[in-house]
Amino acid sequence: MSVVDRQEWDVVVVGAGGAGLRAAIEARERGARTAVICKSLFGKAHTVMAEGGIAAAMANANEHDNWQVHFRDTMRGGKFLNQWRMAELHAQEAPQRVWELETWGALFDRTKDGRISQRNFGGHEYPRLAHVGDRTGLELIRTLQQKIVSLQQEDKKETGDYESRLKVYQECTVTRILKDGSRVSGVFAYERETGRFFVLEAPSVVIATGGIGKSFKVTSNSWEYTGDGHALALLAGAPLLNMEFVQFHPTGMVWPPSVKGILVTESVRGDGGVLRNSEGKRFMFDYVPDVFKEKYAESEEEGDRWYEDPDNNRRPPELLPRDEVARAINAEVKAGRGSPHGGVFLDVSTRMPAEVIRRRLPSMYHQFKELADVDITAEAMEVGPTCHYVMGGIAVDSDTAAARGVPGLFAAGEVAGGMHGSNRLGGNSLSDLLVFGRRAGWHAAEHAAAQAFERPGVGDVQIDNAAAEALRPFSAEGPAGSADAGRPPENPYTLHQELQQAMNDLVGIIRREAEMEQALEKLAELRVRARRAGVEGHRQFNPGWHLALDLRNMLLVSECVARAALERTESRGGHTREDHPDMDRRWRNINLLCRLTDPTGGLAATDPERGQIDLVRETTEPVRQDLLALFEKEELVKYLAEEELYQ
Amino acid sequence: MSSYEARFRVWRGDVQGGALEDFAVEVNDGEVVLDIIHRLQATQAPDLAVRWNCKAGKCGSCSAEINGRPRLMCMTRMSVFTREETITVTPLRAFPVVRDLVTDVGFNYDKARQVPAFVPPEGVAPGEYRMMQEDVDRSQEFRKCIECFLCQDTCHVVRDHEENKPAFAGPRFLMRVAELDMHPLDAAAESGLDRKRTAQDEHGLGYCNITKCCTEVCPEGIKITDNALIPLKERAVDRKYDPLVWLGSKIRRRSS
Amino acid sequence: MATGTEPHLNSGGVRTGTRAAIDAPHLRADRWWLAPAATAAGLLAFIVYSTWRAFANADYYAAPYVSPFYSPCLAENCEPMRGGPNWELFGSWWGISPAIIILIFPLGFRLTCYYYRKAYYRGFWMSPPACAVAEPHAKYSGETRFPLILQNVHRYFFYAALLVAGILTYDTVLAFRDETYAWGHMGLGTLVFLANIALIWAYTLSCHSCRHIVGGKLKHFSKHPVRYRMWQWIGKLNARHMQLAWASLVSVALADFYVYLVASGVFDDPRFF
Repeated sequence: MSVVDRQEWDVVVVGAGGAGLRAAIEARERGARTAVICKSLFGKAHTVMAEGGIAAAMANANEHDNWQVHFRDTMRGGKFLNQWRMAELHAQEAPQRVWELETWGALFDRTKDGRISQRNFGGHEYPRLAHVGDRTGLELIRTLQQKIVSLQQEDKKETGDYESRLKVYQECTVTRILKDGSRVSGVFAYERETGRFFVLEAPSVVIATGGIGKSFKVTSNSWEYTGDGHALALLAGAPLLNMEFVQFHPTGMVWPPSVKGILVTESVRGDGGVLRNSEGKRFMFDYVPDVFKEKYAESEEEGDRWYEDPDNNRRPPELLPRDEVARAINAEVKAGRGSPHGGVFLDVSTRMPAEVIRRRLPSMYHQFKELADVDITAEAMEVGPTCHYVMGGIAVDSDTAAARGVPGLFAAGEVAGGMHGSNRLGGNSLSDLLVFGRRAGWHAAEHAAAQAFERPGVGDVQIDNAAAEALRPFSAEGPAGSADAGRPPENPYTLHQELQQAMNDLVGIIRREAEMEQALEKLAELRVRARRAGVEGHRQFNPGWHLALDLRNMLLVSECVARAALERTESRGGHTREDHPDMDRRWRNINLLCRLTDPTGGLAATDPERGQIDLVRETTEPVRQDLLALFEKEELVKYLAEEELYQ
Repeated sequence: MSSYEARFRVWRGDVQGGALEDFAVEVNDGEVVLDIIHRLQATQAPDLAVRWNCKAGKCGSCSAEINGRPRLMCMTRMSVFTREETITVTPLRAFPVVRDLVTDVGFNYDKARQVPAFVPPEGVAPGEYRMMQEDVDRSQEFRKCIECFLCQDTCHVVRDHEENKPAFAGPRFLMRVAELDMHPLDAAAESGLDRKRTAQDEHGLGYCNITKCCTEVCPEGIKITDNALIPLKERAVDRKYDPLVWLGSKIRRRSS
Repeated sequence: MATGTEPHLNSGGVRTGTRAAIDAPHLRADRWWLAPAATAAGLLAFIVYSTWRAFANADYYAAPYVSPFYSPCLAENCEPMRGGPNWELFGSWWGISPAIIILIFPLGFRLTCYYYRKAYYRGFWMSPPACAVAEPHAKYSGETRFPLILQNVHRYFFYAALLVAGILTYDTVLAFRDETYAWGHMGLGTLVFLANIALIWAYTLSCHSCRHIVGGKLKHFSKHPVRYRMWQWIGKLNARHMQLAWASLVSVALADFYVYLVASGVFDDPRFF
């Protein structure tokens, strides 16, 4: 069986979104022969969906902005759970990363004096987001893609081959990280087009695969977001950090089905949109928590006056923080007062003339018009919470982006944990990709150079095992004589739908102990059934097969989310427990690490009780004094435990 | 508003051959063609190959031909068809087929490599780039491109004439040349690269007969022909067919 | 991927062996043929009409109106027009209709126009007849060779068209006379001429070459604010180039036809004052 094609590289980057491409560029520029593997076509990564912008304290719009302010905003947003050194590096390096894009041909929107224009965004003290209309992610991907092409053009001039030093393997999926002892030695992958297996041998592997949203039913994420990188790292022996923190945006589209989960921007509410239940009631007035009572309007009349006269009126409760709004929507739907398709109504049509809606919310108007055939100037939108981003991820070293415990493994972007703490600010993800993508590429190249004379090897047994695992769905019926003999295989599409439903309902935006325990049982059941996920046809571009393989990753990651969420008995950022509704300072410095229970035994664990994930608590390193000094004491008191404050 | 059963004809096969296969499939309110293709996958044809990604018209992956017209499947609502209509879905017909609705779009990636990249101006450090909004507007329009390659697919220069593929970059990459030539800080000229001339000499601009199908199919609404291809043709004329401009540049060169 | 097998068909274009095996040259279910057919019919009608009128060499002047097909009139055999656009640049040796001399320029302008090129490539040459409908030609070299490479001279015809439009403007001014050449009068013909000259100018200025010359060729608009403003203005017109091309085509034929009706005595120009 070991006739699998092998190629040698110095650095292999898994994922071709913003972080992966930035890592590849850096590694290649530092002299490493670099391969990029991605599931989609080159340039189609999920990064293109980002609209808002890239947060970087360039101080083009407000001269008082600097990295310290950005750092402060990021820590506040993450409720002080952030890996502070990452937040520091991120705030310091983001401007350089944005400027460098311009030298590669990016064209951001401009200020009057010709510099990069910066816009306001939630949680950022100053206008800070470099942007191109509402397609900043596309600009980022295209720029990085074109930079890669330009490096390939240089290589072509020198060596006669575009791909001699930097190659993109598009539409390929990695199913295993290969190791030599404790060291990374390469990846096992298949071509989606042909189903052919191949191995890329490399001493450094950078994981940049993005998020996990496809484990949830309602998500703003694309099909690629099946948590591949998280699972690959786990299987390679690296721990995942704080996986319970998943950001749900309160208003995603829920209807029609084709666009379920796609974001409805917050500015719809900011400009006067109101939330109503099926009885036509503006229910948010019933959901103002005591701590906010003084800051929010008590009557519709007062709320309506706020838009015109914010100084003398209190803001309407539709503008409560995201988690409060999401919680309220959830409660209304559960109480049977939801819209026909399981959301609530977000209405601007009765609030503003059609002309004003079209002028103030052009992109939303077009989004609904083109994707849903809904005219928001004439009817209400149906919205509900949608899974948007995972703050948790592979535990990495802040400076080098190296995964903990597995020499040669690096991670950057959404797949890496720590940077955003318990909640991410808008605009911080694109800058995260660039800052830590570069660092991952840099240190991966260095690591590879150091291993040049004793490259780790790839054993045939590992390859055979990986190939057997990947081929299992084609012979999913139980072997003759076994208990499963003759039983029809499971349909991977059905399994996937059940998984998404379970995660959405039981480990969604509002979490309860009993439901999460139920979720773990369901996950165990699905895991057993997924062993028998079977597919028809052959290996050539077979989506059923691809999904069957991705199921392993989604199940692993989902278990991490559920277990960590069950363990953390507080509410913080992207983790809301109905049974523990408050933030607890004692949890401030606790990280939850997920590890594979049995890293050697493959994934044979079919015992539903045991599960595949072990959870470890870890106390974080105290925030450096000079960084703490950037905050007022009164603010720190809210987050830090007594003993942390007086160290 | 309710669900109904629609008749679909989907091309299935690979490079060895294939045929349009008939399906009857449920359609619900508010769905797009890609939803129906997914339903076929989940219920009737689990191995039906289709490329897709964001499902929001932003990535340009799910390009196909629907009733003979190049379109994004995620942006084609079922409500534009009557319930009686049979909807035919085929892969892009200008590129080699891989399987079912998936084609080999490698042509486009080859062409992308043949367009010389942005040349940064010498002596301008990162962070010191100054560009006025009115100077970047034109190139920004072209950078809205999501690379769905529908324009490349519909362009008859290569769709109907395989033999023209080596010589012709196609609308998307001629637009890329225009984008760079209009970039306010591109220093290609200083480095000895004349993008206007190479547009015609190396990227096959002359093949374009401005019949505007590229503009017609562009899901981003980019005015490819009017704003990129024709201006690029005019710029090539400046270089190659305009004695006045030629004379002017000679004189200016002598005097400066 | 399968290799070493026989391709299904290999007759080129969308039936090239590596492409999806679909025999139909196209699968469009809409009335795709309507637009090219209408275009071809419209252009053909104009060609027939203008050929007749251009060679007729008669009924092109009814004081104070001169048919735009015969203006400026540059031969000795032109009808005398008082104050009108005739210069005897061509002597008595020129025997045929003087329209032929001048029509070359507007004809060339429209023939090389970026809109008309699309129209007749699609309507007459079927290259392609409509989007994603296979064209019937085995070979295609576009505008890379003689004679179509000559389309690149469009801008020279644009310069000439500016002169012609100037002269037609002059004709329109002359139309504010009455049939005895007294100034300060207006008839229905004056209105026809006014409408025509407005459309002629709009079409001429909306030309893609004009847009390029005025500002499109610049790299930095910010350094040329006046030209930038003009470029924007012409860009707005340019977006309507197709509509203007048809409207001015119809209006020029109508203006000529109006002169014909009056000159041939079918109809008396209603005078307003």
